[in-house]
Amino acid sequence: MTVRADERLERSAAAARGGSGAVVELLARRAEPVAIGLIAIGIGLALFSLFLLAVGKSPATFFSLMYVGGFGSWFSLQNSLSRAAPLLLTALCVALPARLGLVVIGGEGALALGGVAAAAAAAPLVNIAAPLPTLFLMAAAAVTVGGLWIGAIGYLRHYRGGNETIASLLAAYIAIALMNQLVEGVLRDPASLNKPSTAPLPPAYWIGKIPGTDVHWGLAIGLIACAVSYVLVEMTTWGFAARIAGGNARAAEVQGLPVGKLIVGFTTLAGGFAGLAGMIEVAAVQGNANASLAAGYGYTGILVSFLARHNPLAIAPIAILLGGIEASGGLIQRRMGLPDATVLVLQGVLFVVILFCETLYGRFRIFNPELWKRDA
Amino acid sequence: MTHHLTFNRRRFLQSAAAGVLAGAAPGRALAAGGLTVGFIYVGPKDDYGYNQAHAEGAAVVKKIPGVTVVEEENVPETVDVEKTMESMINLDGATLLFPTSFGYFSHVLTEAPKFPNVQFRHCGGLWKAGKDPANVGSYFGYIFQGQYLNGVAAGYATKSKKIGFVAAKPIPQVLQNINAFLLGARSVDPAITCQVIFTGEWSLAVKEAEATNALVDQGADVITCHVDSPKVVIQTAAGRGAFVCGYHANQSALAPDKYLTGAEWAWGNVYTDFVKKALAGQPLGNFVRGGLKDGFVKMSPLGPAVLAEARKKFDATLTEMMKPNYVVFKGPLKDNKGAEVIAAGKAYPEDAIELESMGYLVEGVIGSTA
Repeated sequence: MTVRADERLERSAAAARGGSGAVVELLARRAEPVAIGLIAIGIGLALFSLFLLAVGKSPATFFSLMYVGGFGSWFSLQNSLSRAAPLLLTALCVALPARLGLVVIGGEGALALGGVAAAAAAAPLVNIAAPLPTLFLMAAAAVTVGGLWIGAIGYLRHYRGGNETIASLLAAYIAIALMNQLVEGVLRDPASLNKPSTAPLPPAYWIGKIPGTDVHWGLAIGLIACAVSYVLVEMTTWGFAARIAGGNARAAEVQGLPVGKLIVGFTTLAGGFAGLAGMIEVAAVQGNANASLAAGYGYTGILVSFLARHNPLAIAPIAILLGGIEASGGLIQRRMGLPDATVLVLQGVLFVVILFCETLYGRFRIFNPELWKRDA
Repeated sequence: MTHHLTFNRRRFLQSAAAGVLAGAAPGRALAAGGLTVGFIYVGPKDDYGYNQAHAEGAAVVKKIPGVTVVEEENVPETVDVEKTMESMINLDGATLLFPTSFGYFSHVLTEAPKFPNVQFRHCGGLWKAGKDPANVGSYFGYIFQGQYLNGVAAGYATKSKKIGFVAAKPIPQVLQNINAFLLGARSVDPAITCQVIFTGEWSLAVKEAEATNALVDQGADVITCHVDSPKVVIQTAAGRGAFVCGYHANQSALAPDKYLTGAEWAWGNVYTDFVKKALAGQPLGNFVRGGLKDGFVKMSPLGPAVLAEARKKFDATLTEMMKPNYVVFKGPLKDNKGAEVIAAGKAYPEDAIELESMGYLVEGVIGSTA
């Protein structure tokens, strides 16, 4: 984190010096993550091609199908965007705490409970309130419950010394069990015989599609959440304080930063986003809350956030890329006779290579202006 | 009802466009003029269970001339299945879809109005005339009849007079199976009891193994189940020395010595019927149900552990069940809390509406639905 602060100082100093040199330096710095990301993806795809050749399949066919299925037509693109929508919010549930140095992997639980809370809030409201206020209250309920769930993990971490990674993962199991208990118990719609669910949301109360597309508004909400998170983390004093606390919590405390409040605040916001993802699943996709809420979005969000290096703006393209990989996964299964796990292998290879390529940062002269001066 | 077969200009353009986009895709020319059928599974196709049973049915359909089958496994019950259906329609030119998981039903109802020329047949849902789209239908089988026969085989095999059932969720379809299993066993010996353990999830291997071990620990010596993939239950139970009865598909390969029989789906028959009707341009039907005698459900061949006396009774019961009007659930019948659930003289045939909302465990089943 201190490196980052140095970088900032240097950048502003360079900017103060003015001139084209400063612009080149800035561009060089900005190009580093993009270039390293592309290198990593290239290596990952090359390794995966070897895997395909080993099982006797053509990489060319695979990648052309991946393009066709994920991005090759308006239909395919919408398919990818629909799948990316929930990942935006669940990835933020990982990315925000990551700025404080916390690895929270329990977004799945906050999503499940957020969905249940939204459905529970909707049950009485659909009789008395108009669609829009109902949706706002559903969202508020989902954000509150999701926020409390992950916020409690932050509290345990800071005030009780618990490990947030383990705690959030175990809490996700509890949350899913709780969701099942509620959906099969007090919240169950008696008419849902063989698939216990909450009462269905009347069609007028659904979150609709973005006009001209087949993608629901959840995508736009997710993109806005990513943008807001970026501003929060990169352009506010809270975000700055969080990054300092993430670098060294004790040093931050010595400096008088409210580390505990930052941790609880950021984890609460993170959980709120995951809870909101649950509400959107209920109001835009499922129409009620049931066991299908725990579909793994919370876990895929971890992958997205790590691939995006916990940068909220980078989450959007990465989520869409992963959405595209998943969208094309079906076509690949159907046309190439490969099992569903094939795209999981690809995701796994990419994940490992990208983590491995983290070690490349700072090693390329071209991206590091401070090295230019040292050698000059 | 016949228009799903016509290869109209729009469909042709869509398919042609998809074909061009697919580019180098080998080995799968889109069946121009034929019928492309899509199968969607919630789990792996080789799960020894629910999904494998459907995939075996799809494999039968593949052999019909003029039919192209496209399949996708591990599709969650979310927007994913909606997009998978659209992808099969848009990119593969599928005009008949079988989304096979119960939780797909609401998504089928979302998609069907968008594609009036495509026929959707969903496994397990309750299609309602006048309310649900006309190009949607549902099909299911009375597999509890198979669990009744499992119970007959179990009734002869058990020495402890205790049999066990590993169940996913206390929903009507599962409760029918548990109750039928016990009633089948009691048709052999009325002293038999059946312990049931609910795992709470359709696919949760660790809990299924724990439940199986707990049942064997409590003295159960014949085990069956209703979970998506019976593999873990069958292997764990047989490993502990208990006999096993299969479910969904044939699991005899997992425990050749301990496998008594199993209640299997015969989806190959059902899918062949649908596809033949589609090829002939006949209506597919919107609400299709059947049991043993209709060829929707079949039994695994009896294993070596089934002795002569048991075989005789099993075959006799099966013969009776293949005749019309055989009833498994008939009064007087009490639940396991002592309340009468079916009055004396009353009988619920397999298609009785009362069975669709079964919420009790019958007398002799040890366990609770809540």
